[in-house]
Amino acid sequence: MFAYYLDLALRSLKRNKALTGLMILTIGFGVAASMTTWSVFRAVSGDPIPQKSAELFVPQIDPWGPTARNVDPTQPGDIGPPDALTYEDATALMRDHRASLQSAMYQVGPSVVPTDPAKHPFSVPGEAVFGEFFRMLDVPFKYGTGWSTNSDASRAQVVVISSHLNDQVFGGGDSVGKMLNIEGHDYRVVGVLKHWNPQPRFYDVVNAGTFNSQPDDLFLPFNTAIAMGMTNQGSTNCFQSPKQTGFVGLQHSSCIWIAYMAQLDNASAVRQYKTYLDGFARQRYPDWAPNVRLRGLMAWLDYEHVVPPDTKISLYVALGLLLVCLVNTAGLLLAKFMRRSGEIGVRRALGASRRQIYAQFLIEAGMVGLAGGVLGLALTAFGIAGIGWVLPRDIAALAHLDWSLLLITLGVAIVAAMLAGLYPTLRAAAVQPAWQLKSN
Amino acid sequence: MNLPPILAALRKHKAGVTLITLQIALTLAIVCNAVFIINSRIDRIQRPTGMNENNLFLLMQQYVGAPTGDDPASIQKLDSMQLTDLATLRNLPDVESVIAINTLPLFNSTWSGGIGLKPDQTNSTTHAADYYSGGDAIRTLGLHLVAGRNFTADEYNHKGFRGHQRPPVVIVTKALADKLFPKGDALGKSIYLDRTTPSTIIGIVARMSAPSVGSWANDWFWNSVLIPTRLDAAFSRYAIRAKPGRMQAAMREAVKALYAANPMRVIQASGGYNDRSIWSFASIRKHAYRADRGMAILMGVICVILLCITGAGIVGLTSFWVGQRRKQIGIRRALGATRHDILRYFQTENLIIAGAGVVLGAILAVGLNLWLMKQFSMDRMSLAYVVVGIIVLLLLGQGAVFAPALRASRVSPVEATRSV
Repeated sequence: MFAYYLDLALRSLKRNKALTGLMILTIGFGVAASMTTWSVFRAVSGDPIPQKSAELFVPQIDPWGPTARNVDPTQPGDIGPPDALTYEDATALMRDHRASLQSAMYQVGPSVVPTDPAKHPFSVPGEAVFGEFFRMLDVPFKYGTGWSTNSDASRAQVVVISSHLNDQVFGGGDSVGKMLNIEGHDYRVVGVLKHWNPQPRFYDVVNAGTFNSQPDDLFLPFNTAIAMGMTNQGSTNCFQSPKQTGFVGLQHSSCIWIAYMAQLDNASAVRQYKTYLDGFARQRYPDWAPNVRLRGLMAWLDYEHVVPPDTKISLYVALGLLLVCLVNTAGLLLAKFMRRSGEIGVRRALGASRRQIYAQFLIEAGMVGLAGGVLGLALTAFGIAGIGWVLPRDIAALAHLDWSLLLITLGVAIVAAMLAGLYPTLRAAAVQPAWQLKSN
Repeated sequence: MNLPPILAALRKHKAGVTLITLQIALTLAIVCNAVFIINSRIDRIQRPTGMNENNLFLLMQQYVGAPTGDDPASIQKLDSMQLTDLATLRNLPDVESVIAINTLPLFNSTWSGGIGLKPDQTNSTTHAADYYSGGDAIRTLGLHLVAGRNFTADEYNHKGFRGHQRPPVVIVTKALADKLFPKGDALGKSIYLDRTTPSTIIGIVARMSAPSVGSWANDWFWNSVLIPTRLDAAFSRYAIRAKPGRMQAAMREAVKALYAANPMRVIQASGGYNDRSIWSFASIRKHAYRADRGMAILMGVICVILLCITGAGIVGLTSFWVGQRRKQIGIRRALGATRHDILRYFQTENLIIAGAGVVLGAILAVGLNLWLMKQFSMDRMSLAYVVVGIIVLLLLGQGAVFAPALRASRVSPVEATRSV
């Protein structure tokens, strides 16, 4: 029966090529616009570390007190603690070491001096972190490993580099043990990463920005970077100017510039850590009630608004377009189906049940959907290729066509067309055979 | 025109009429809001920076192994390196003038802070961007001084990157002056950049926009303070005005000359926005507004698709109705209706449907705008968009219905006599 309905549908669609073409185009464009914008939205709102995000938490501690709250005209109404830590709070949290794994971190941009004197030095983006960073975030290594807690404590001059920097400086290969000249000092390479560039850059969204197509090229011990006077590249937010000058002054100030992440394995660990933070804040800032937050990674990304509002607006507008396309297709299918009242009357009179009429017309709608979906797929591929032309490159680079998007596009097109065909089909099946046969 | 027969005919196609009305309404609602988004983005993109943007470029560089301390010796060393760079750049044949500056409008890297009118004021009066330059920024950037005077040679100074000295004199933008001193008497008044040290306003420039185009800077986009202080750090940034038409040459020369003066530095001559160190101001502007331009294009594409689909939908549905009513048309023609009458019939019918659609659509458009305002803190859409949208959709409807209506008017009266 299915094959017969397919045949009927094809014949019917062929009969009025312009109308059929119009419906296919409508579905195709509607689906392509939604899928293109959705592919961008999916890319920017996704979980950057799905296997672990539930266990990662970001603590916030208010170092400024009630007078500072609400003074920032750029964030009206936000009375929560600022979104980074002071150096002293971050290092105190590290010393207490209450989470199973944790790392304070800040963004650096030191220059690397190539061994070949003919080549100019170049600067590389990096992050000063603690040794637990790598295990906590499942950072994939190609060669070697991260560094030990001892190296953190002893301010060892060690470095973990990206495979990109490894290729650039050492021509690839296992470079563990080689020396890298950073800002005129030698650092021993202890690990080389596989390609690792999670999007958004969830471990330090405050400083490193949210989406960045260029991965961090080096990671070195936090304490070493501080000892070497390697200044921070990201944002520095001060309520009061530091009392002392220079980078050392910044470290002893109430300015916030350190990002922090902790791994808490279960709900009770989270509760304990929250209690600990309250106690920590009470002890460090006895002048005001503890104002701390402990957000899970996904809640944190949401709080930091990492999803650009434009991607949401475009998705909604594109969905609006799809809705118009649905209504349009429904109108055209209704016209088409009602025109065939005579045919339906004959079929019903010859014994076709309502159910069979449903099947026949829904299959016809589904075929329009399938054709629209195939067209939509081509247009989506075109759209994703062209999206780099209209969106910021770092974001556009994230959108891609994969199997799931391919299947979803076809699925959405078919479901949309059948949805649009639902009412026209109901009407078609309601045709009274006797009346139709009489009228002609 | 006789309306009752049209309304009677429409009642027979309730579902089809409802669908096309709904489609017109949705189209109007989305197109109005999309065009509103496009226009507000274009307005943003066209905001001036207050500078003469031609022949201007920015060069960033980083010294390798430079002192990181903030002791006077280190600061002196860094400052002399920077002064050497400035002299090197100034002597280039294609360079007209050069200043060291911490950032530029639209460059995104932002220095900003609260500004108060009294010492120890806890809640700052407003927020402003800080531009630190130890040189004549007004001349090199091409800013317009509208009141007061420029800095004099002895007012320029320098300090460590994280030093505390506050400038005794500053130049502010007109927007900031008006915000702080609404009576227009800002000149000569003191403002507080850090709650303790007063800075006297000695000059006012017409405009200088903030480095950030992000929404967080929207409220103080025009508030800027020019500080006559050169910052000494392990990196420096130079705003360079090339001689007219010589920018490309000046950009090449500058990199070469700086390396020749001191090779232990980083200047990345190529690469993406995050790692390239030399940028014409035109490309800084282009990059800053890339997202806005993209959004405008995207909305434009969606509008075009929407209008095409709705137009085509009207053509399709009317063609179908014409096909269905050939016999009735034939009868009307046989009874004396002119071709013109038939044409007018379909056009009026479309006007009624589109009219209902745009009324509903106007309500939806305003509702959608309110929702976007709430969700994305967008501005209120002027009703002019809805009015123009209504006219466009009514015209689209009339245009779309014309071809099928014309075909209907050509139906011969003989059709009345045919049975099917």
